[in-house]
Amino acid sequence: MSGFDKVVPDVASALDGLSDGMTLICGGFGLCGIPENLIAEVKRLGVKDLSVVSNNCGIDGFGLGVLFEDDQIRHVRSSYVGENKLFEKLFLDGTIDVDLVPQGTLAERMRAGGAGIPAFFTATGYGTQVAEGKETREINGRHYVLEEAIRGDFALVKAWKADRYGNAIYRNTARNFNPMAAAAGKVTVMEVEEIVEPGELDPNFIHTPGIYVDRLIQSTFEKRIEFRTVSEG
Amino acid sequence: MALTREQLAQRVAQELRDGYYVNLGIGIPTLVSNYVPDGMEVMLQSENGLLGMGPFPTEDTIDADTINAGKQTVTAVKGASFFSSAESFEMIRGGHVDLTVLGAFEVDVHGNIASWMIPGKLIKGMGGAMDLVAGADNIIVTMTHADRHGNSKLLDQCTLPLTGAACIKRVVTDLAYLEIRDGAFHLIERAPGVAVDEIKSKTAGKLVVPASVPEMSLT
Repeated sequence: MSGFDKVVPDVASALDGLSDGMTLICGGFGLCGIPENLIAEVKRLGVKDLSVVSNNCGIDGFGLGVLFEDDQIRHVRSSYVGENKLFEKLFLDGTIDVDLVPQGTLAERMRAGGAGIPAFFTATGYGTQVAEGKETREINGRHYVLEEAIRGDFALVKAWKADRYGNAIYRNTARNFNPMAAAAGKVTVMEVEEIVEPGELDPNFIHTPGIYVDRLIQSTFEKRIEFRTVSEG
Repeated sequence: MALTREQLAQRVAQELRDGYYVNLGIGIPTLVSNYVPDGMEVMLQSENGLLGMGPFPTEDTIDADTINAGKQTVTAVKGASFFSSAESFEMIRGGHVDLTVLGAFEVDVHGNIASWMIPGKLIKGMGGAMDLVAGADNIIVTMTHADRHGNSKLLDQCTLPLTGAACIKRVVTDLAYLEIRDGAFHLIERAPGVAVDEIKSKTAGKLVVPASVPEMSLT
């Protein structure tokens, strides 16, 4: 196969090189669009002292929540961390550091990381705790906070379909943080529901071009639902 | 009588306009979507990456890949679009969303809002609330006028950690519709049957009361 073929044979090779103390950027919103099999492999590997960047931290027993069971995470950067009892316990007793970041700022910091922008000014958080200790500036009469880019040693990403070159498409709201995570990883590992041959996906409708993807693997997903809400008939 | 949650949502819905893109927060704001006037089209933005959020799915159409910002399963209406979280907050921060409705613990006469954290209680995070209040021009805060101990939530100065500074101009409570300007709450409407004196006694922050305060219309 060509030098652009990103497909790896198994999850072990997908996460080869992941080691203690690394920063891990993870796509997903709640349990939607999370790289659930890659997270399970991080647990199996047993790497420790991870710094995790993800909008949420999973729930007890699923998603990133499983990495708290064996004390693998030291630092968390998220916008919302509810719905996880073990996490709450570790947070309260100081086992893990938590850096709460406004959701849009988190998305943009990841985007900036992948885009080679070291920092940016945003009005979000000005005059709140979030701005404490950060540079602020008045631009055209409005106050802004300087927020720095985030990059990861590894990015774990979930997409719907990709071709072997890593050109990927996400599905519905499972896109969320995944495209920014993909660009912000020094090593980006993507798991998808279906891998197809180059040329099978319309280049007009690619969400993440293959240049951002280093390793690609096809998996089966449980896709657990956090809050199952239905309407009548 | 103080407004019920549904009546509060009904009053806020009167601020909708045809063609509005609207972001509704969790709780009472979500109920606003039940009162979109007939013949009017609004498009709901869900900050996890959906413009054109529809009702909950049926058991047959439930889809784990389609959720709202409260992580509930939803549907997408005809004409909807999906996008990344970065793009979603570009819409919000860039001022493209026409109306944002969200709840709060406290609001003050300077337009400050506290809605995400109570010291001593478990901190879960601000989610997208700080981005929403910083980015939107047209924001309505919905909340009860006082907490369940009777303490006013409309203050001279917020006591809880802020979600945003000087960003709130309109508040709809179970007792009144108020505007914030020039360092004061201005009483614009009162809930049907609620006396101005009750509103005065439950508003801790500076309150400006005009000679006559009309009752809200809820039809």
